[in-house]
Amino acid sequence: MHQRRNWLQISGRAVAGLTDAFAIVFRHLFRRPVTEEYPEFKRVLPARTRARIILTRDPDGEERCVSCYLCAAACPVSCISMAGEERADGRRWASWFRINFARCIYCGLCEEACPTLAIQLTPNFEFCERDLLTMVAEKQDLLVDHGGKNNDYNFYRRAGVDMVGGKGTHIGEAKTLNIKSNLP
Amino acid sequence: MSLWVAGIIILIVKLLLVLVALLLFAAYLIYVERRLLGFFQLRLGPNRAGPWGLLQPIADAVKLLTKEDLSPTGADRVIFLYAPVVVAAAAILIFAVVPFAPGWTFRGQPIPGVITDLNVGLLYVYALSSLAVYSVALGGWSSNSKYSLLGAIRGAAQMISYELSLGLSLVPIVMMAKSFSLVDIVNAQARCPFILLQPVACIIFFISSVAEMKRIPFDIPEAEHELIAGYHTEYSGMRFGLFFLGEYVTMVTLGALVAVFFLGGWRGPWLPPLLWFLIKVAAVSFVIIWIRGTLGRLRYDQLMHLGWKLLVPVALINIIVTGGVMLAWGYKV
Repeated sequence: MHQRRNWLQISGRAVAGLTDAFAIVFRHLFRRPVTEEYPEFKRVLPARTRARIILTRDPDGEERCVSCYLCAAACPVSCISMAGEERADGRRWASWFRINFARCIYCGLCEEACPTLAIQLTPNFEFCERDLLTMVAEKQDLLVDHGGKNNDYNFYRRAGVDMVGGKGTHIGEAKTLNIKSNLP
Repeated sequence: MSLWVAGIIILIVKLLLVLVALLLFAAYLIYVERRLLGFFQLRLGPNRAGPWGLLQPIADAVKLLTKEDLSPTGADRVIFLYAPVVVAAAAILIFAVVPFAPGWTFRGQPIPGVITDLNVGLLYVYALSSLAVYSVALGGWSSNSKYSLLGAIRGAAQMISYELSLGLSLVPIVMMAKSFSLVDIVNAQARCPFILLQPVACIIFFISSVAEMKRIPFDIPEAEHELIAGYHTEYSGMRFGLFFLGEYVTMVTLGALVAVFFLGGWRGPWLPPLLWFLIKVAAVSFVIIWIRGTLGRLRYDQLMHLGWKLLVPVALINIIVTGGVMLAWGYKV
């Protein structure tokens, strides 16, 4: 049941509450600010932070990108474009590859779409420019000489080679079975 | 003749000094407020422009002056362009009657520590602080924007309501000092500052002046979350700057008025009078910023209840009690 208080009690409680609030705020003057001052203090970002995009290489030093256009298709702002070509030995590659970082929203959908882990996002976000056209990155700007987050993965060894080593020679592939000897 | 010319020159120099000091104080009050609010919220506040961010007000002034001066389509142009001037001018003009020092003598001639010692100084203060309502109401109305208009209506209602308690709270001061002149009011506090004799009047005056300044917790005319910026939503560049400057000059002026009416003006032991005056103004400003860091915004009905149902009756009772005590103690009228 609601208890009625007289006005003296009510105003006493109000004054006590106000004094408490003012005291707490005043005490905050002498506490250390929690602000991290950015250019002087740089927080170490997690490895999976989504910022500048790179094109990685497989452990053999070959470009991972096979120019399948899946990243360009997945990109919600259409900032990725490329042209695919085929090498003499049958391996596909991108003859040119372009990302317009002025348009990129760093959503990471290209990285998820990539079947060969070629396109990856890195924590490096400090590359703003005054001129928008300088934000357009060509293939030589994007290509790096390491494997990014998956250094020992080699797509081509697993699924890229068509018939070079013959059946059953690829990594993780079961030995070929002579179906003739498999009779009951 | 030469004395007359010298007097004019001294007056102009004094005017310039007071104006520059007032504007600088107001500009740096913005900086101090932003830094203090930052510290209250465990942030740093602006600290990049110059050492400790001390050049921030100058950077802000340059930014405001170089911004485009927009006026919305459908605005009443003449009123729209001149409304911000009123608030800044009224705020600065109030300072003309505020005594900031006992005065000096220069080659045998007295230089008073006040721009002009009006014998109706208090009425002059009321008149000018009422003029600020026009700036709010006309600026909001002429913008041709619903947010501005709502802010202006709320602002006008609030300022008119709180002017009553602002005026009534100072009647006991006039009764005790027996003068409307601010210099005489400071002189009447030679023995004891009026805050000790009139604590209720001091609290009412302080609350009402915070409401006149439209600051938290009385900032519903410019409530960001509801009205974007209230009556100055459509203003940009230096016209917005004038509203902003007017608000902070008003804060300095009302701080000075609290100091003059209740804290004994420039009076104080050991330190020079001018320094005492500045300390008192800074202390009042600090309390106002502290309130902004602590309290939330009152609802419209709470605001009106506080003004009409609490402050005005208490101020009236205070007048009657003061008069009764003065009669009982045989004050000579």
